[in-house]
Amino acid sequence: MTIPNASPANALQLKSLLGTEFLKKEQIQILISTALAFKDRYEKGQSIPPTLSGKTAFMLFFEASTRTRSSFELATQRLGGNSIVLTKGGSSTEKGETLLDTARNIEAMRPDILILRHPSAGSPFLLDQALNLPLVNAGDGFHEHPTQALLDLMTVFEGRKQIRGTRVLIVGDIAHSRVARSNIYALKTMGAEVSVCGPPTLLPPKVEKMGVKVFYELDKAVKDQDVVMMLRIQFERFSHGQTPSQGEYSRFYGLNQRVLKLCQPEVLIMHPGPVNRGVELATDVADSSRSVILNQVSNGVMLRMSVLHLLSGGEPFSWKDAIQ
Amino acid sequence: MSTNSLLIKNGRVIDPSQNKDAVQDIFVLNGKIQALGKNLEIPKDEPLPEIDATGFVVTPGWIDIHTHLREPGGTHKETIETGTRSAAAGGFTSIACMANTQPVNDSSYITTYIRQKVATDSPVNVFPIGAVTKGLKGEELAEIGSMREAGIVAISDDGKTVMNAYLFRKALDYSRRFDLTVISHAEDLNLKGLGVMNEGYNSARFGLRGIPKAAEEVIVARDIYLAELTGAKLHIAHASTAGSVALIREAKRRGIRVTAEVTPHHLTLTDEVVGTYDTNTKVAPPLREKEDIEALQEAVADGTIDALASDHAPHSREEKEVEYDHADFGMVGLETAFPLYYAKVLKNHWDLSKMVAAMTLKPAQIIGVKKGTLQLGSDADISIFDPGQEWVVDRSQFQSKSQNSPFHGWTMRGKPVFTIVGGKIVYRGNI
Repeated sequence: MTIPNASPANALQLKSLLGTEFLKKEQIQILISTALAFKDRYEKGQSIPPTLSGKTAFMLFFEASTRTRSSFELATQRLGGNSIVLTKGGSSTEKGETLLDTARNIEAMRPDILILRHPSAGSPFLLDQALNLPLVNAGDGFHEHPTQALLDLMTVFEGRKQIRGTRVLIVGDIAHSRVARSNIYALKTMGAEVSVCGPPTLLPPKVEKMGVKVFYELDKAVKDQDVVMMLRIQFERFSHGQTPSQGEYSRFYGLNQRVLKLCQPEVLIMHPGPVNRGVELATDVADSSRSVILNQVSNGVMLRMSVLHLLSGGEPFSWKDAIQ
Repeated sequence: MSTNSLLIKNGRVIDPSQNKDAVQDIFVLNGKIQALGKNLEIPKDEPLPEIDATGFVVTPGWIDIHTHLREPGGTHKETIETGTRSAAAGGFTSIACMANTQPVNDSSYITTYIRQKVATDSPVNVFPIGAVTKGLKGEELAEIGSMREAGIVAISDDGKTVMNAYLFRKALDYSRRFDLTVISHAEDLNLKGLGVMNEGYNSARFGLRGIPKAAEEVIVARDIYLAELTGAKLHIAHASTAGSVALIREAKRRGIRVTAEVTPHHLTLTDEVVGTYDTNTKVAPPLREKEDIEALQEAVADGTIDALASDHAPHSREEKEVEYDHADFGMVGLETAFPLYYAKVLKNHWDLSKMVAAMTLKPAQIIGVKKGTLQLGSDADISIFDPGQEWVVDRSQFQSKSQNSPFHGWTMRGKPVFTIVGGKIVYRGNI
């Protein structure tokens, strides 16, 4: 399989950010160092390059989203650009217009970048081949959510000062999680040791071939982990024979104070949000000193600024520490 | 002499029905095989069309027992006219068409309608297949006897599995009265669920819902037991997994009347190609893995799989240029099937006469038609191909109304150059 990207003249040498599976280490490093530099400048009140000045990001969201959407909007604004959001429920085909037609119409309005969220895996690939616009995948089905994974790596790097060799456990519905896939690819590329834990019904087939350790029991899985990344469980999983009930899921795969005590004392607790409090994450754990969930959200804006800046031809920023 | 007469000179004639593989001439008179032999001397009262087949391979006309012509009801995808022209261009002289049209071919009226359209529109022989159940709903048996009288050669709910084992058993029982083969589309619909590709490492990578191999194998196993129970003739359509092959091999060893077919795409492509999200790779059953291709290839070589069949399934651009989840299942196959089979001969996986048997004699036997042979007196259905010709697949040049092929741009070796039906040349390729 090849990624249908030529090598455009930007620091990433990518036309679009479709996923993390085929990102090289150097690309991940540039994305994170630039995001860290933006964060530092923002916090110190220094100027942010107006890379998107006079430019428009078109956000096409076929799935409900609040955080990711507002995060991209803020990122666009902080780079001096404008954003416009088009949301559509369900499938475009059910409404009589194909996804390709919708996208071609948007392209005809001459925006500068397209940000797509879509419930069907591969949709950004379909559009990227048809359009000349740079495209950012903001989540496609169960497939990839690259900006989430990159902001997670940024957060891991901040918390642990190193990604290489860091032990990261991802817990929950791995099978239906684009966050898990994008994280596994990016973390593996950076040399982290990745494990997954969930009921066998919610693990993807042959997931061990992705180079991860597989656990069914949370108590055993959390031992010696530097980072525990909890995934949101979708309530529809309880009605499709994938796991019996919310209560049972919480009992075996919820992170509560008892399980937290089995973790290393300096463990980082992460969650891509929104949290089902009391289901996958107990309230006191979500609010504990080990939780870096809100830092993930802050980093999300910076990381997305980095993505938009670099894809638009902005210069990469270095960081005082090497991103390793 | 009639227009249905001709002389084919100097081709390598391969006819498994007579264990023949020799450079010979064929004399066709009034649509029948009149003579076969070396350096035939034909008394010429009138000029007789001649084909110089030097360097070409001449075989009984190829038979594809698994196609979808989409007429009636789906004529934006294909018509009887375009589908049969596609067959002729692919080297096929006979095809069998599945019942999943709209309306479904579940009554003698629809069978008769199809045969009437074929009589005026088709350059090749078309054998309709009737539905097992009314409307393919899996609830009540279709009027199988009446359709048999109207001309069907087999029954199948292809596209769907008859999930009710009781009803499928009754269909097998009933088919014996009319000497019909029952063709099984083996996919457990509950296990399949909303799956769009093979379940495995690649479905995990691509984030697409998987269809486990077991979804096919549990139905193959069920249907083999039901064939044993009833003594009926069972044919497994588009076997796609190593597990199905093992079940069929074992059933044959036990003397159960079961035959099977495999498609060119299941012999050629793995689920790796789905990673492009090209919806032309979305097909039912789904593309599997390397070990399955190897098992299918081996099964053709050892006779476990009897026939090669295209499962030609045309779909329009509107149905394919969409999200992978929403695209229709299926790909066109008639015009690319042969070179994909022939590639197995070139790679020494099969011998040539075995491949020809699986395209002629064997499929004729499965649907019980007197075709697939060059014996004296038989219908002069003849396929001639150029074994050395290299060509590049260009789907814009297809005779089919649809272009949903993942083989666009592939370089192929081996090209049909003459398709002859009842002594008449219905397709002439570039030489």
